[in-house]
Amino acid sequence: MKWPAMGYARAKSLAELWSALEVHGSAAQIIAGGQTLLATLAFRLSEPGTLIDINGITQLRGISTHGQVLRLGALTLHAELCSDPLVKAHAPLLAAAAPLIAHPAIRNRGTLGGSLAYADPAAELPACMVALEATIIAASAKGERRIPAADFFNDLLQTALAPQEIIAAVEIPLTGRLAAIEEITRRSGDYAMAGLAATLALEAGRVVAPRLVYFGVGNIPVLAAAASRALEGRSLDRASITSAQQALAEDLDPPRDLHGPPEMKRHLARVLTERVLLGFLNPKVEAA
Amino acid sequence: MNEITPASIGLSREDLPNSYIGRSVPRPNVPKLVQGRATYTDDVTLPRMLHAAFLRSPHAHAKISAIDTARAKAVPGVIRVFTGHDLAKFCDPWVATLDHLKGMKSAPQYPLPLNRATWQGEPIVAVVAESRAAAEDGVAALQVEFEALPAQIDMETALAPGSVVIHPELGDNLVFTRTAETGDVAAAFAAAHKVIEARFVTGRHTGVTLEPRSIIADYNPADETLTVYHSTQAPHMMQGVFAKQLRMKEGDVRVICKDVGGSFGIKVHVYPDEVAVAAMARIMGRPVKFVADRFESFVSDIHARDHRIKGRLAVDAEGRVLAFDIDDLTGIGPYSVYPRTSAIEGNQVVNLCGGPYDFKNYRCTTTVVLQNKTPTCQYRAVGHPIATAVTEGLMDLAAEALGMDPVEIRRRNLIRDDAYPYTSPPGMRFEGLSHHASLNKLLDMVPLERIRADQAEARQRGIYRGIGFASFIELTNPSPFMYGIGGARISAQDGCTVRMDPDGSIVASSGVTEQGQGTEAILAQIVAHGVGVPVNRVKIITGDTQTTPYGGGTWACRGAGIGGEAALQSAIALKQQILEVAGAMLQAAPDTLDVVMGEITDRASGKPRMTLFELGRIVYFRGDTLPKELPRELVQTRHFITKEYPFAFTNGIQASWVEVDPATGMVKLLEHWCVEDCGRVVNPLLVDEQVRGGIVQGIGGALYEHCVYDSEGNLLTTTLADYLVPMSAEMPEIHVGHVETPTRESLLGAKGAGEAGTAGAPAAIMNAINDALKPFKARVHEQPFTPERILRALGTIA
Amino acid sequence: MIPITLTVNGEKVTRHVEPRRHLIDFLRLDLGLTGSHAGCEHGVCGACTLRVNGKIMRGCLILAASLDGAEVVTIEGLSESGEVADLQAAFVARNAAQCGFCTPGMVMTAAELLAEGGSPTRGEIREYLSGNYCRCTGYQAIVDAVEDTLRSRGATP
Repeated sequence: MKWPAMGYARAKSLAELWSALEVHGSAAQIIAGGQTLLATLAFRLSEPGTLIDINGITQLRGISTHGQVLRLGALTLHAELCSDPLVKAHAPLLAAAAPLIAHPAIRNRGTLGGSLAYADPAAELPACMVALEATIIAASAKGERRIPAADFFNDLLQTALAPQEIIAAVEIPLTGRLAAIEEITRRSGDYAMAGLAATLALEAGRVVAPRLVYFGVGNIPVLAAAASRALEGRSLDRASITSAQQALAEDLDPPRDLHGPPEMKRHLARVLTERVLLGFLNPKVEAA
Repeated sequence: MNEITPASIGLSREDLPNSYIGRSVPRPNVPKLVQGRATYTDDVTLPRMLHAAFLRSPHAHAKISAIDTARAKAVPGVIRVFTGHDLAKFCDPWVATLDHLKGMKSAPQYPLPLNRATWQGEPIVAVVAESRAAAEDGVAALQVEFEALPAQIDMETALAPGSVVIHPELGDNLVFTRTAETGDVAAAFAAAHKVIEARFVTGRHTGVTLEPRSIIADYNPADETLTVYHSTQAPHMMQGVFAKQLRMKEGDVRVICKDVGGSFGIKVHVYPDEVAVAAMARIMGRPVKFVADRFESFVSDIHARDHRIKGRLAVDAEGRVLAFDIDDLTGIGPYSVYPRTSAIEGNQVVNLCGGPYDFKNYRCTTTVVLQNKTPTCQYRAVGHPIATAVTEGLMDLAAEALGMDPVEIRRRNLIRDDAYPYTSPPGMRFEGLSHHASLNKLLDMVPLERIRADQAEARQRGIYRGIGFASFIELTNPSPFMYGIGGARISAQDGCTVRMDPDGSIVASSGVTEQGQGTEAILAQIVAHGVGVPVNRVKIITGDTQTTPYGGGTWACRGAGIGGEAALQSAIALKQQILEVAGAMLQAAPDTLDVVMGEITDRASGKPRMTLFELGRIVYFRGDTLPKELPRELVQTRHFITKEYPFAFTNGIQASWVEVDPATGMVKLLEHWCVEDCGRVVNPLLVDEQVRGGIVQGIGGALYEHCVYDSEGNLLTTTLADYLVPMSAEMPEIHVGHVETPTRESLLGAKGAGEAGTAGAPAAIMNAINDALKPFKARVHEQPFTPERILRALGTIA
Repeated sequence: MIPITLTVNGEKVTRHVEPRRHLIDFLRLDLGLTGSHAGCEHGVCGACTLRVNGKIMRGCLILAASLDGAEVVTIEGLSESGEVADLQAAFVARNAAQCGFCTPGMVMTAAELLAEGGSPTRGEIREYLSGNYCRCTGYQAIVDAVEDTLRSRGATP
């Protein structure tokens, strides 16, 4: 299947981007790595209008720490998340999540910003951002605005980005909390049938502010409020884990997909809950 | 000249290392593949070539009310648009039935349908343009009005009163039914110690050749010839098909098959879109290319194995099989596929169930029905994985019911190695099989005691592993009893022409084809051995109807067994001719001479007498110096067909060692073993990876691959992200062993090896999963064995 | 049409391309480099894997128009450079290719694993190659070939 006819423009700077967006209006579509966008164009389900290529905008690149945050440019590649020393040191959850994304050739081109903007509910990075309480830095001709990750994902493939607005960067607070990700996929690199990205702190053996974020089980990454509440303040053990598993019934309303019915997804989410939380008790745990 | 026997020409194991037969010679074709220098059909570009794309039916069943092509014709780059009616003026429809399948019926199929779409994905209108992209733009601009009709989707209801009859002129949706019955099945079940019963489902899946179906048809009005570059398994068959459908003389059609990017049975069928391309080229008088994209591959390549099977097995107290009673139902889409037909798979199930075992009472019925889904037809190991899953699933259930070890119940029932010739209950004749030797060899390879100990220990830790076995038989080297007898122009014979050129190099052209399995490599080995030259002095030509002897091509595992034997016989004949010429030159009796590694030698002493280069020089440039009457044609052709047995059956056994995660339903493949007996192994390196590839394809069907439809007949798995194929990370290490029982029908003694892996793997995996699940008293018999199905079997989800 | 100038297999190339042209069609149709194959055109099968700016990528998921100034290496260029002659010889010795349609992408992917210079296990080799679909082999011969090459280059098992 060949891509439909479309326009193409390169933006070398944010200034060029804003003027290109103005010229092309609603026909404009941002392309970064294109690893999702171009695959979907092959289905000829939508008319792309004009693709505006932001790969050349250096302001959107870079990984750095500023005070108490790790800042990741939107054009950060999945491959960089896998190997960057700052990411490993300050956001090991992302270093653990990135190798789960597809395969080396995709990770060499696909970007963090692209993954978040596309907002696939089965993707790893959106869930990680919610779990890490990241802030999405959105930018437009009018300037920047900061959107908490938990408010960023609205609905299936929908985000809080306004028209003509892009993701410029992501900021992740340096908290030292525990974090882990696990997913169940049919084959290595596949989208998850169900996945869980979790962060929490353990203070004197008690769970503090747990954030259990499930992916592949809803229209968006699901922050499981009830399950998280069930853990809050309790010691991490079989009993509290079981409470969290039971509380999940309130949190999840998964749709059926090719892998199975909602009931199966709920079950897999409970399995992941146990596996991830038990993982915090064993010595492999790394501090976030 | 003494009688030529396998021993006299050095084909046995003992002749290694001085023989090319049985030696792991690297394939001469591989260097070009690893350097990106191969030429697939899509790599061919012809002057004035156009590109076709098809509008495909969005409905499983619909009336085509109106086709408006005006907007499509206005799209830049679009040259012409063809409807079914346009093509029908130049191209005849076909009906895919075989006379020997009694009562079989199917409807005429046109390259593009005239009035009605009968599956989602059926090509309806063709657009021809300057590029594929422009052709797709044209398709997007077509305005076709469909009136959706009720569709017949579920094969279980195809024959029920009130069902939608897909082709009213046929009366009902029944394509074919056959029952084989021998002995007294009812009495055997009545007398049984245990009766086992189970329902099996094999998931509809498809071939997913990495190179999609590809064709360029080029009609030259000046000499009235059609040249077709085609990614196909059977160039000669397709030559006949194009000629017949386009009302041309067969001799005016040439089919050229360049490198083929995998076939597995997918590329041996007549596809309406490909015939449409040939018809459009004929009409337009210029080349037209069509390469299916992946989305259209999923809806238009043949599917296979959509079967529901109810099986019963009667055993006595000692675990001896008394009777099998099998009921098979299969849905094949709206048309039987031309020319092999879509009834063969069900027919194979009837022929093959219970195949490895010695028993007397048998009943098996197949019922082949129409449905509004993509047509199904022969795909690698046709019917075998189905029959093997049913047979071996029932055998394991019987062992469990008797409290018997699964290896022991097989040992007690496998046909004895000295029982041949043997005729099976459904009438299959076995020349010589090696079930017990293969089982013994497998048990040498599989550390069964260690595995059972590990299994018991792991269960204590909540880890569930299982081992499963599957014996199987495989039908190879088919005679005309497969298709020719039914009236199809599908050749079971094959030919090879071998010639020596002036420099002493050898060129062999063969009617069998290369699809990546290594046909050309083994033909080179065989010819090198037969003539007596280094293998690198042999060049092989395949895949061109104008330059190769007429043959059947590649299907049903016949390349080595049929094509290889024709090559061997023609090579031996050429050698005799060379010796005759050499004898005249050297004043020696031909039978005192030999050809060894490109030199004429003295047979007794081995002393070199003359090079083939020198012999070639004299024959081709100084023929005046040879005796006038001396025949000096250094070219020989032989054709071969099997005559004694309708098929050369092979056999083997596989074992699979798996771990099932009862929490997630995920299956992890730990290790896999296969021992198979394909007769004489020409090249172990090639055969081993053939077997492994076949096993991985079997694993695909067992665990991953599934063409999933919604209730309206829409295929939901149309991308490689949704239709899951086996990838390297999940595949186990696979150990392959061989037992060699050469067929005596040929000198070479080779049988087929390409389908053994696929035949047995799903059954072995099923039995391994069920062994792992035993502590939970859970079982799965419905392929693919997805996490969902395993969790259901465990009662985790409803 | 978008003007682009890039380096392909070490040669400078200037063309005007339609925005909708993907890198594989650009190489195959505009430059006659047919070693890269279009197996799925939606980024899953890996047959079109090639090197862009030193890293492997899916040719079917890259706009040719976006490659102004880029450096592209295809299987043809990689072969001519001799960088993976040992890997290619191991593919031949192990019969790690059957139909060969996946092989160029498989070699490109394995080349990157070799270039990373570690000592991956068989499992890690399988994982690295897990985005490249091969329908013919059982993958085992391919893993064997990559493993042989790693060992002969001094990687420790």
